[in-house]
Amino acid sequence: MTSPALTPLRSGLAGGLIELRQAFSGAALGGQLLWPAATLIALFFFRHRELAGSPFTLGALMLPGTLGMFVAFGMMLMVQYLPAEREDGTLLRARATPGGIAGYLAGKLLASSLSVLVYLAVIGIPGAFITGGLHLADVSWGTLAWVLILGMAGTQLLGAALGALAPSPRSAGYVSLPLLGLTAVSGIFYPVTAMPGWLQGTAQVFPVYWLGLGMRSALLPPGAADVEIAASWRVPQTAAVLGAWALAGLIIAPLVLRRMARRESGSRVAQRRERALQKTS
Amino acid sequence: MTRQEAQADDVISAEGLCMRYHAKDVLRELSFRVRRGEAVALLGPNGAGKTTTVEILEGFRRPSAGQVRVLGASPLTAGRRWRARTGIVLQSWRDHGRWRVREFLDYQASYYRPYAGGQEPGSWAAGDLLAAVGLDGQARTPIRRLSGGQRRRLDLAVAMTGHPELLFLDEPTAGLDPQARREFHDLLAGLRRELGTTVLMTTHDLDEAGKLASRIIILAAGRIAAQGTAAELRDQIAGEDEVRWARDGQHYRRVTPDSTSFVRQLLAAGGDDISELEVRRASLEDTYLALVRQAEAQPAPVAARPEVAA
Repeated sequence: MTSPALTPLRSGLAGGLIELRQAFSGAALGGQLLWPAATLIALFFFRHRELAGSPFTLGALMLPGTLGMFVAFGMMLMVQYLPAEREDGTLLRARATPGGIAGYLAGKLLASSLSVLVYLAVIGIPGAFITGGLHLADVSWGTLAWVLILGMAGTQLLGAALGALAPSPRSAGYVSLPLLGLTAVSGIFYPVTAMPGWLQGTAQVFPVYWLGLGMRSALLPPGAADVEIAASWRVPQTAAVLGAWALAGLIIAPLVLRRMARRESGSRVAQRRERALQKTS
Repeated sequence: MTRQEAQADDVISAEGLCMRYHAKDVLRELSFRVRRGEAVALLGPNGAGKTTTVEILEGFRRPSAGQVRVLGASPLTAGRRWRARTGIVLQSWRDHGRWRVREFLDYQASYYRPYAGGQEPGSWAAGDLLAAVGLDGQARTPIRRLSGGQRRRLDLAVAMTGHPELLFLDEPTAGLDPQARREFHDLLAGLRRELGTTVLMTTHDLDEAGKLASRIIILAAGRIAAQGTAAELRDQIAGEDEVRWARDGQHYRRVTPDSTSFVRQLLAAGGDDISELEVRRASLEDTYLALVRQAEAQPAPVAARPEVAA
């Protein structure tokens, strides 16, 4: 297996594992676990809250939705990685290495996907015990797999494209605000049917809602669909929307990233560093 | 040597390179060649176009006009195999700060494994390379904890990991303290003695160029102001020598381009009265500064004039 075509992918994936280890060790670990911990606390408080018209507690309905939210969180990881690593020269280093850009992206996608899976485990396993509403017998593993794959592909590829377009790490931070707003209206924390119609419409354009719905359909028994729009998991629509976002990511991300990589040079890295230094001093 | 042979021996050839942005000419009809095994320094003040030139040769920038061949290919469109034959050291790299030294070197080396630099395997044993750059004691240190000099030596190790035929160094010792600079110079000179890697470097430090380069190209205002070995440059551009002497208790000083004939005349005319005669040849530094001043004082090309008026 020393084909020159595959070497960058293998190297990149190995690098992704190294970065995953860095992300979940030492001082970085605390920051990583902050949001999952906050989510678990919220689940704890809603574990007995009854929901009108449903035999399920709010906590039990919320858990799969929050897992969907953390899949979408992978987008934020990519949005933050790219501008920061463009600024410190990581991308230029990749450009100066044979196959380096392909390897870089493979590594980033692996690291952020595995990070997402770690979040899901950290929330899902204790969450199942806290809410008592998740039973292995109800889990549809096939649905879980395709929702995760389509969801992670779409959100992370688009995150990479957004990160590549962001002029600085600082501006990349602002991208997280609309995403948080979107999460709030996407039926993650409360059934979307309780929202006004126009908000429901908005939420259904973006993948966060469908990720939540897909996770609920994969993890909850059929009866839980009663509080959803049309009292259905709408599986074909979920697949279509998440698939469309993933396809968009597959098309857009390489274009944007190639453009960004082409523009990278040493003097640009140096310029940005100077600008960053001026701002802090 | 026929013209064809000369070209086959060229690792770099640049013909009529021009670079224009924001209506400013950064490079003006720049042409030069680098032969295999040479170490060439692009020397010049800030803004002379050194970095732009190197970035074009590295394939990171498209020139506004001109022809470039590097290792037999056009850098902008050359593929991975070509990239594997080059190594790059920049002053601005701060990447992979959380990685450990050895880990990062192994990671970078893995990209070069399918490529063979000459008869050697495509990459060095990381341990040997770390020892060569004096970082074997830091193998497990996170990169961000390295000193500036260590960081730059690591960058050199990374650039050498694929046995490059051509090594680019852009201001490699900028920001280093004198001792770290000296260490970097010795390291690079040693590597070159051992491996014969062709080197193209930029620097604004004359001393560095003189120490590391077999040939110096002085760039000023986007043009070649002069080129040659350090000794050739000194001869080629007659700098002004300084002659001092005393006569009847009075001290005299004279600046002249040809100190030898001046002194001959002085002695012939003054005879035994002349004492404390002292001749100081123009130093390379004087020559360099004079050249740069001269090049920068040249009138702006016609194209730039309407801009000034506006």
